[in-house]
Amino acid sequence: MSEKTPYTTGIDSDAERSPRRIVFITKNTSGKVLGERPRQLMSFPHLVLREVMVLQGLMILLALLSLFWDAPLEQLANPLLTPNPAKAPWYFLGLQELLHYFPPVVAGIMLPGLVVVALVVIPYFEVNVKSEPFWTGDAAKKLKILSSVLAALVAVLLVFEAWTVLVPTLVMGGALLLCKFMAPGTAKPWDYLKSKPLSWWVMTWFIAVSVTLTVVGTYFRGPGWSWVWPWR
Amino acid sequence: MATSSAEALLERLRETKVWKSIFRRGPARTNRTRSVAIFHNLFLHFLPVKVREKSLRARATYYLGSLTFFLFLILTVTGILLMFYYHPAVPQAYQDMKDLRFVVSNGLFLRNLHRIGAQAMVLFVFMHMFHVFYRGGYRAPRQFNWVIGVGLLLVTLFLSYTGYLLPWDQLAYWAITVGTNIISFMPWLGRITRFLLLGGRTVGENALLRFYVLHCVVLPLAAIFLVGIHFWRIQKDGGLKLREDDERKDSLHDGD
Repeated sequence: MSEKTPYTTGIDSDAERSPRRIVFITKNTSGKVLGERPRQLMSFPHLVLREVMVLQGLMILLALLSLFWDAPLEQLANPLLTPNPAKAPWYFLGLQELLHYFPPVVAGIMLPGLVVVALVVIPYFEVNVKSEPFWTGDAAKKLKILSSVLAALVAVLLVFEAWTVLVPTLVMGGALLLCKFMAPGTAKPWDYLKSKPLSWWVMTWFIAVSVTLTVVGTYFRGPGWSWVWPWR
Repeated sequence: MATSSAEALLERLRETKVWKSIFRRGPARTNRTRSVAIFHNLFLHFLPVKVREKSLRARATYYLGSLTFFLFLILTVTGILLMFYYHPAVPQAYQDMKDLRFVVSNGLFLRNLHRIGAQAMVLFVFMHMFHVFYRGGYRAPRQFNWVIGVGLLLVTLFLSYTGYLLPWDQLAYWAITVGTNIISFMPWLGRITRFLLLGGRTVGENALLRFYVLHCVVLPLAAIFLVGIHFWRIQKDGGLKLREDDERKDSLHDGD
């Protein structure tokens, strides 16, 4: 519906085949143009067979990996002998990295709590449902808000010297700001980024920070949580 | 030929009374019997009878959700087998790990499967979630299934975390000590929560027993419960969410 033509709408009553179906008929076309139903296939065997194949592939891959990689087993647990550094499982190393910078209540309780709450409420906030590009509408106002939010965030991260959070934040924030000033058609990646809504930017920033923290926590932290190079 | 005679045998088998009594149908040759194959089967009835061709493409899901579920199944099977060799006691638990390695036939292979599967499941849960987010799969009418999914993410993380303690080696002990110390920083409830989880003030044999029960009983049951709702809701909420461009082609033409 690219051009703005007035059209009449109706709701399909064929509830048995497709529960919801809205009809748009523009004034200058006939009501006969209804489009096609999407081609459908029987789940048995088409879907069931694919799922079984995926399961088999997964089992073969897991079996091969298990032949060549052994699960680690260290010495018997000893409460008197603390390894340095003592590391959590990899998916919590991002949290442990945060604990290095922020007070435990913030890094250990508040931030993970906020992440869980934020994930739960995603579908219920209008901002996540809208899919218009970020730089549409009142761009000047958005620029003001965005730059003050970014500045506040960067200031906090600088005070706590949280470099591994700061770097991905600067990259993502910088990219979003640059999107405003890039002329359309400069380069394909920029056109792609320019088309993205706010929710995309927030989630991608979250993933960028999480991945950075996890990778740094896993490979770049040694005794006393000091920076080490994994290849040394 | 061997294959054709095997196929013929299978065909004959499908026509027998016993086969029909088990599967409630004969061979699935017509669309009617193919429908029956889905909705007369306890394990398949959460699937739709028909699927859009586009939602069968790999790029519709990359099978991320299916892979996560299959990993859960594999972990259940390997986990039950591991339970035959495991005592949640100090220091017997560690001895059992040694036995799995040196005494039990294929014990190491079994443990490797469980360990790699567990890591992969955490990874796939995250990939599934991010993929669904970027696809917009949380939008109406699928909002609540997204929330169930967040619950499943947490259950998966707790499953993996409780399993981490069970080998009772240095890696396990200190990972859990570090993790549960974080809980004690929670205002007001921190210490009591940690005490409740560990059954004591330090990670000891009570903690091992509690983590074992959580890992083998409580959390798997929670996961099965949530997975049931999660799958059921996919169909109730109108099937898979396709890519925007695929979805648009499926909707009505605008009269071009």
